[in-house]
Amino acid sequence: MKNKLSLFAVPYVVWMALFVVAPIVMVVVYAFSTADGGFSLSNFARMGTYAVIFTRSFKLALIATAICLLVGYPVAYMMAKEGPGFQRIASVLIMLPMWVNFLLRTYSWMSILEKNGLLNQLFSAIGLFDLINSVFGTNIQYFKMIGTSGAVVLGMVYNYLPFMILPIYSVIIKLDNSLLEAARDLGANSAGVFRKVILPLSLPGVLSGITMVFVPSVSTFAISRLLGGGTQMMLGDLIEQQFLGGAYNPHLGSAIALVMMVIVVVCMWVMNHFGEGEEQAVML
Amino acid sequence: MKKIVALALAMSLAAGLFLTGCAMDEEANGSAANAGSSATGNSNNAGKRVVNVCSWGEYIDTDLIAQFEEETGIKVNYQTAESNEALYSLLKNGGANYDVIVPSDYMISQLIEEDMLAELDYDNIPNFSLIDDRFKNLSYDPENKYTVPYTWGTLGIIYNSAMVDEEITSWSAVFDEKYAGDVLLIGNSRDALAMGLYYLGYSVNTTDENEIREAYQLISDAAAKGVYQGKVMDEIFQKMEGGNAAIGVYYAGDYLTMLENNEDLRYVVPEEGSNWFVDAMCVLKDAQNKDEAEAWINFIASTEANLANMDYIWYASPNKEALEQYPAYYEETYGEELDPEIYEIMAAPQEVLDRCEAYLVLPADIRTLYNDLWIQLGVG
Repeated sequence: MKNKLSLFAVPYVVWMALFVVAPIVMVVVYAFSTADGGFSLSNFARMGTYAVIFTRSFKLALIATAICLLVGYPVAYMMAKEGPGFQRIASVLIMLPMWVNFLLRTYSWMSILEKNGLLNQLFSAIGLFDLINSVFGTNIQYFKMIGTSGAVVLGMVYNYLPFMILPIYSVIIKLDNSLLEAARDLGANSAGVFRKVILPLSLPGVLSGITMVFVPSVSTFAISRLLGGGTQMMLGDLIEQQFLGGAYNPHLGSAIALVMMVIVVVCMWVMNHFGEGEEQAVML
Repeated sequence: MKKIVALALAMSLAAGLFLTGCAMDEEANGSAANAGSSATGNSNNAGKRVVNVCSWGEYIDTDLIAQFEEETGIKVNYQTAESNEALYSLLKNGGANYDVIVPSDYMISQLIEEDMLAELDYDNIPNFSLIDDRFKNLSYDPENKYTVPYTWGTLGIIYNSAMVDEEITSWSAVFDEKYAGDVLLIGNSRDALAMGLYYLGYSVNTTDENEIREAYQLISDAAAKGVYQGKVMDEIFQKMEGGNAAIGVYYAGDYLTMLENNEDLRYVVPEEGSNWFVDAMCVLKDAQNKDEAEAWINFIASTEANLANMDYIWYASPNKEALEQYPAYYEETYGEELDPEIYEIMAAPQEVLDRCEAYLVLPADIRTLYNDLWIQLGVG
């Protein structure tokens, strides 16, 4: 029986081998060679130049992930505690933005955050700048929002928040109510129930959420280019430039991608160890 | 429980991959269309003639494609690439099977250097004789064996006269602290460093590392003072049209498109000189449809096609007749006179071209230097 079923896995295994394993092997081969074909570590020797970009990428992705967690967990918790009607509406509202193309949404953030954008127009219409100028004696006409790291973080949080909420929500909603009742019976107050029962049991969801937000954030290039105005270069931009930019160097690009992959895998591995169990959910 | 988690994860993962992949859409389109064209390429043997063209976005009057197909019965697979560099990597990766490409001058010389272009049979392209002699035998193809010019134009400063109260004539404006936060840096290293090189009076094709570093220093000092709002390519349209930036550096043809949406914009080719470029059609060495490719090139080089294109994309034509006839054509089509100033911006007069310099391909080590400097600036 088991053997027969495993036949059905063949298409996916083939798919994985062709489009996941083979590309990774190619990345490794490229990373350790140069344009003239020989084995070389020179691509990695240049990595030091890009330390600032590595730091920035991981810093911004961490901040975005932390914000997503802080915002997403309460939302997921509240959703799971409410009735089915509310849940339906809430999940539609969370999914709704994802029906619009991601680039379009990021472009709209551009026009919101611009110097003459909607937000600054609103602030000046309600006299906020006059107020600030008269109180502090400054002379500002607009808030600089686009082209800052804050705008990039905002873009990441906005785009990836659903990936934090949904896994946490689906874990919490499946919690066995009798466990909560037992905790109550044994004298825990609501804070105690949350801390001792709900939080530990929802950790797998949290860990998946963190993975789902952190990995795309650290490698994003469209968000940082559009909202960061090209001044907040991240790893994704750097790698893209090696393949499609003025500096055509797929070997260096592969090396950067490889280093990034290794760092991300190490991060995930460390996190898994904190998260005891349910490893497959996190590794997915 | 695990099932639901797995499902949610799978969904979010799929969506995540989709999201992060979106930005690649344009390239993906290219290769998807490409896969399609190789299918039609095979049916080529069955008698259907095709030509695979790769150009830039919004860079042709699409009626011309239909017209060509009708006249010749050759099917055109028209695809676009994002930039010269993106085109180059498509070609290098071997994933593309284009016949005709339309790169810019410096990329053409690089492609010739790497022996990637086919020599053209000009007997099949009689309309080549209509091309203005000024655009023949240019430095990227000195004996004119590989190319037929498609458009030409200048790089210059675009500024918003409602936000800048002087008439800008010099590159100094893009380094001026006075405009802090209002200047847009162009998003490719070649054009950006050219601003500095022109301002300092050096050649844009210099291979002197010190001169390049000096130009870089100028830009990076200005960046440190907060002069630049960001590095932009196509985002410049939205930023200049919406008054979100006062000064930007871009191409003349695109300025005219912006002008349609914001009348306050002005364009100047700075007095220190600037880049003038030619984009030219070439055929790849391994092209499978060389005859069809030459038929296409000949069709596009005709006066009628050049007039239609010029009207549609606002880039100047290298076809002598078309260039001369355009004001009359405009008047006939729109019933009003073409503003001579606009015509001069589109087709820069010779005295402007005299102070401009075309890009040549740079040696590999200088290209690496450009790139390293450029990335450092991104860090800045």
